[in-house]
Amino acid sequence: MRKMLTIISNVLRGSASRNGARVVVSARTYADFTPQATFDIKKCDLHKLEEGPPLQAVLTREEGLQYYRTMQTIRRMELKADQLYKQKIIRGFCHLYDGQEACAVGIETGINLSDHLITAYRAHGYTLTRGGTVREIMAELTGRRGGIAKGKGGSMHMYTKHFYGGNGIVGAQVPLGAGVALACKYLGNNEICVCLYGDGAANQGQIFETYNMASLWKLPCIFICENNKYGMGTSVERAAASTDYYKRGDFIPGLRLDGMDVLCVREATKFAAEHCRSGKGPILMELQTYRYHGHSMSDPGVSYRTREEIQEVRSKSDPISMLKDRMLSNNMASVEELKEIDVEVRKEIEDAAQFATTDPEPPLDDLCNHIFYNDPPMEVRGTNPWTKLKSVS
Amino acid sequence: MASLRCLLRSGKTAVRAVLRREFHGTPPAAVQVTVRDALNQAMDEELERDERVFLLGEEVAQYDGAYKVSRGLWKKYGDKRIIDTPITEMGFAGIAVGAAMAGLRPICEFMTFNFSMQAIDQVINSAAKTYYMSAGRQSVPIVFRGPNGASAGVAAQHSQCFAAWYGHCPGLKVVSPWSAEDARGLLKSAIRDDNPVVFLENELMYGVPFEMSEESQSKDFLIPIGKAKIERQGNHITVVSHSRMVSLCLDAAAVLAKEGIECEVINMRTIRPLDAEAIETSVMKTNHLITVEGGWPQFGVGGEILARIMEGPAFNYLDAPAVRVTGVDIPMPYAKILEDNSVPQIKDIIFSVKKTLNA
Repeated sequence: MRKMLTIISNVLRGSASRNGARVVVSARTYADFTPQATFDIKKCDLHKLEEGPPLQAVLTREEGLQYYRTMQTIRRMELKADQLYKQKIIRGFCHLYDGQEACAVGIETGINLSDHLITAYRAHGYTLTRGGTVREIMAELTGRRGGIAKGKGGSMHMYTKHFYGGNGIVGAQVPLGAGVALACKYLGNNEICVCLYGDGAANQGQIFETYNMASLWKLPCIFICENNKYGMGTSVERAAASTDYYKRGDFIPGLRLDGMDVLCVREATKFAAEHCRSGKGPILMELQTYRYHGHSMSDPGVSYRTREEIQEVRSKSDPISMLKDRMLSNNMASVEELKEIDVEVRKEIEDAAQFATTDPEPPLDDLCNHIFYNDPPMEVRGTNPWTKLKSVS
Repeated sequence: MASLRCLLRSGKTAVRAVLRREFHGTPPAAVQVTVRDALNQAMDEELERDERVFLLGEEVAQYDGAYKVSRGLWKKYGDKRIIDTPITEMGFAGIAVGAAMAGLRPICEFMTFNFSMQAIDQVINSAAKTYYMSAGRQSVPIVFRGPNGASAGVAAQHSQCFAAWYGHCPGLKVVSPWSAEDARGLLKSAIRDDNPVVFLENELMYGVPFEMSEESQSKDFLIPIGKAKIERQGNHITVVSHSRMVSLCLDAAAVLAKEGIECEVINMRTIRPLDAEAIETSVMKTNHLITVEGGWPQFGVGGEILARIMEGPAFNYLDAPAVRVTGVDIPMPYAKILEDNSVPQIKDIIFSVKKTLNA
């Protein structure tokens, strides 16, 4: 029966292409797909915890398709940014997230949009999962007025509701995140703050200062170390006396998990969020992940690691492939369906890139605005004493 | 309620004031209030007025404040709103900024501004620049306050003036009160301001009493940030200063008055935004200008004022070059005789005024 349906579907698809239509027709109905499946996920390494997240995760078809779409969107968006950067349409700093998609997507599925999140400069993926659109992210990268920060922030300074950037100073976002968590506790709103940093930042003193205060005051803060094995060009072994980042919180309980598996990340995040919301104080997660690109667009990324290593991760641990394989082998989606999503994503990225390259730059009279909030208009000195520029809130 | 408390705290003088007010029908009496008490009352009233306001810093709660500025607040408001922090400036300043981003209105105390250097990245990069970088999406309503500048015998690492450092940065408001009235009105304005404000107090001024009018004791008494005040009118020379140096300028002016030299003493009140207009108006009247500050000369507050005067309409009114009276360009020494000679003294101000007028 299935074989016959496949044949019919192929025929229909064939005729559709001949007519010039680009729509892939899938003759299989939803009733054919498995609505949900349970997957074994890797056990987390635990620090100062009696038990960890569950060893199995339930994934529904809808969830799977949504995670796939979002991860694919991040992937394609980052690759497009790479392209635009090489064409010199994006300038300055550009730190790409491809390879790490499961972290951003998995974390977001473990919390609510009403929770809070802050990260460092590799932030495009999070800007998307936290409610930004591809259009406004790309237009920010190209420095246009339609950018999420009106072109005034750039790659490292994007914000949405309950998303505090996008921070350029390594490690500075960690105390900020604990402060957001303090506000959550103070206001009694049962919200938590997810506070991300990398393996490079993990050695920063202010992070340990933050661990101390977050623990003392039982702040509802999930500290998450995205360990992609390299802080710029320095491998973890050369930077840290202890690379067990999940243990570095000392008195803070920690988990180390596979950051390439979106289900692992989701379950761990849910576990951590529950820990925080129950008033137990902060918790630390280390996500073992990998970035395909170099540290930034000015780093080819192959002087401190081998192409073989990158290729190996791509072929064996790619987060999108992992999810795709799971769904296909459990009959939760069809190849065509996922291809359809790919096409839609590609189109969305193309449209966004088109917007990002054609939207005008910010107007010059926006130059001095946004210095102060809720203040009367004021004068700002220009480059010479005769130039007095206007600034409004 | 708070003014009643203020009256009670001020003791006998206050009671006399109240009695005078009630029974003799004379105009409302002013009260003597120290700068410390003015700051304390301002914080108390703002904590009461807005639940989102809270204070954090080293020793602010159970110790009543390293300089007793927050005395009584922890007892009244408790652990939630008056928070003792560990000795980790970068960490707690960052936490304060994060809390401000998420909707609270923190007052972050630095035990002295010398220690703010450990946290200066959070003040500048996380607080000051964020509203601009986010194109108006993310505001940071925070006050960083604490004693600034020279004290007495605390030596080089504890005596630096940060007015010029913070005054340099767009996105910050920088305030430097002198009197108790300044302290009260400006701190209330700073706390109610929706932007990052650096509030530079002075340890040597904490214990100095000032007369405060009844009006200035009202709960909604606010002094606008960005406006200077003429403390003493005069026609011969404009003397611009901020913080403790205003006291010395007024003392110097009193001495000079005996010789027939009338100084117009301007109390800047705010470092950034600088009230250049007030200074220009005065200079256009007096034709002479000196600035007086405790900080170092190079790239300082006085340097900025002089540059503005050069670039503005008042230049043509100057009959002599404008000059700066500043701290000596050295790290602060310890021995009293050396320390006394490291900051402007009244005689230095008098000397500079006379030189400028004779030049």
